[in-house]
Amino acid sequence: MNDDLRELYQDVIIEHSKRPRNYRPLGDTARKADGYNPLCGDTVTVYLTVDENDVVKDAAFQGHGCAISTASASVMTETLKGKSREQAEQIFHTFHDLVTGKARDADPERLGKLAVFAGVGEFPARVKCATLCWHTARAALEGREEPVSTE
Amino acid sequence: MNRAAHVLSVPTSPFEPPGFDVDRIRADFPILHQQIYGKSLVYLDNAASAQKPSAVIDAMARFDSTSYANIHRGVHALSQRATEAFEASRDAVRHFLNAADRKEIIFTRGTTESINLVAQSYARTVLNLGDEIVISTMEHHSNIVPWQMVCRERGAVLRVIPMTDDGELMLDAYEKMLGPHTRLVAIVHVSNALGTINPVQQIIELAHRHGIPVLLDGAQAVPHLPVDVQALDCDFYAFSSHKLYGPSGVGVLYGKAALLDAMPPYQGGGEMISAVTFEKTFYKGLPAKFEAGTPNITGGVGLGAAIDYVNGVGLGAIGAHEHELIVYATRRLAEIPQVRMIGTARDKASVASFVIDGIHAHDIGTILDREGIAVRTGHHCAQPVMQRYGVPATTRASFAFYNTRAEVDLLVSGIHKVLEVFA
Repeated sequence: MNDDLRELYQDVIIEHSKRPRNYRPLGDTARKADGYNPLCGDTVTVYLTVDENDVVKDAAFQGHGCAISTASASVMTETLKGKSREQAEQIFHTFHDLVTGKARDADPERLGKLAVFAGVGEFPARVKCATLCWHTARAALEGREEPVSTE
Repeated sequence: MNRAAHVLSVPTSPFEPPGFDVDRIRADFPILHQQIYGKSLVYLDNAASAQKPSAVIDAMARFDSTSYANIHRGVHALSQRATEAFEASRDAVRHFLNAADRKEIIFTRGTTESINLVAQSYARTVLNLGDEIVISTMEHHSNIVPWQMVCRERGAVLRVIPMTDDGELMLDAYEKMLGPHTRLVAIVHVSNALGTINPVQQIIELAHRHGIPVLLDGAQAVPHLPVDVQALDCDFYAFSSHKLYGPSGVGVLYGKAALLDAMPPYQGGGEMISAVTFEKTFYKGLPAKFEAGTPNITGGVGLGAAIDYVNGVGLGAIGAHEHELIVYATRRLAEIPQVRMIGTARDKASVASFVIDGIHAHDIGTILDREGIAVRTGHHCAQPVMQRYGVPATTRASFAFYNTRAEVDLLVSGIHKVLEVFA
C-alpha cells in the first residue's frame, strides 16, 4: 500500500470505524444537532450533555458514513468529554487546521488521539468527511436547530 | 494494425476479443496515456464524462484557430464559415439519431437543459390540476426535478414506475398508470446508476396507445447503442455531448417537429426572433426559436467531430466490445465474495455498480484512486435508486470502448487492496 494511504487509514481509524465509541443517542436533556453531506450522503447526529458550567459531560453520535467520518465522530466524542465549550472550540480549530494540511507540525500534546487524522491533509476530497461531525457538534453546543450541511 | 507499437504503454491482455483493435483506439485518446500516483491511469468513470479523442480536440482547436466567429448573423467570411461548421454538426446529429428533419435538432447546454426545455415549454402548457407525468424509480435527478417543479406549479402529480430487485422496470405497473390524466412519460433509456437498458420501444408503444408523448433521457444510451428516433417513434430525445466523447456544455434535444412547432419558446433573446418591437416580437421557426443567445459554437463543432469519430469506429463494434467488457467485469467482480452488484438487469450497458458490506464507497474510491483507477462513488445523482436498494452510495465502474479487460483485472486487484486495508 502506498504511504499516503497507510497514513490515511491508520489502524486506529480502521478500528474506530469498525467499532465506533459512543454510538448511541443520549436522553431528552441532551443537546442534539444533525449534519449532512449532500455530496456523498453521509449523515451524522451528535448528542451532547452539557452541565451548568458549559462543560461537556457526555458525547455520543449516530449516523452513516465512510471510515473517515465514522472514526472522526467516534474519536471526537471521546475527545469532547470533560471539555469546556471554549476548549472544544479551540480543539475544533486545531483539528480543522490539521486535516486541511495547515498544521502538520501541530503540538501532538494538544491533539492527543486526534493526531491520527493528520493523513487526511493529503486527501483534499476527504476533508469534509473528517470535519462534518465537528461542524455538527459546534451546532449542538450553540443550540442551532437547522441541520448542518457541508455545502 | 500495429499492436506491437503500443504494447508497452497500454495495459492489454492476451484475451482481448479479436476484431476490435483497442490499442489503436487508445492511441486516439491522449489523456489515457499518463501516470496517476505512479500508476497507469485506468479511467472507469465514463458514465460521468467520457474522454475526448484527438479528432475532437484537434477539430475544436482548428475551428478556433481558423474559422471562429459568431454564427447566423455576420455577412463576413468567418461568420459564414463558422455558421457552416456549426450547422454541419446539426446535420451530423440528425443523421446520428435518424431524425426526419434537421430543424428537429435543438442545441442546448446538455441533457439537463433539454429536459428543462420540455418541462417548461411543453409540460407547463399542457398540465392542469390533477394531470400526471410518469417517470421511473431509476431516473437521474435531472429527469425528476424539472418535472417536480412543473407539477408543483400546475397542481399535477408525478407517478413513478417501480422496479425489480434486478433493476428492471415493472411494465405491468407502468401500463396500469397510463390513463386519461397522463400528459407525458419521461424515462431514462439507459440507467446511469444501474446500467439497465430499458425496453423503450415497448414503453413508447404503450404510451402511444393512449396518445401520450414520451421523452427519453438518452445521456447514457447514445455512447453505447444506435438510436433511431423514427424507428422508436419517440417524441423527445435528450442527450449530452460530453458523454459521447465530445466537449461539455453542449447537448441536444430532439423533438418531433409538430410538437416543437406548437411549443412556445423556452428562453427569449437574440437569435430566436425574426422581428422585435416593444409591442410585439415575432419568433423564428425551428430550430432557432429554441436557441436564444449565442450558443457554445466551438462545442457544437466538437460534438460534430465526436459523432464523426464514433461513426468511424462504428456503434456496432463499440457495443460488442463494451458488452464483452461488462460481461467480463461482472464475472470477475462476482468472484469476490464481499462484492454485491447493484443492478443486475438482463439487458445492461457498460455500468458495474457495486457495494462492499462494511466498507463505504468513498473509502473504496480513495484507495482505488491511489492505484490510478478512476471510479465514481456516491449516489450518482440518483438518490431514489440508492433508497430503493437501501444503500447510501455505490462504487461505479463505467466502461467506454477504449477500456480493456486488463483494466478490469486492475480494478479487481484494486478491490483486493481495499479488502486488505479493511481486513
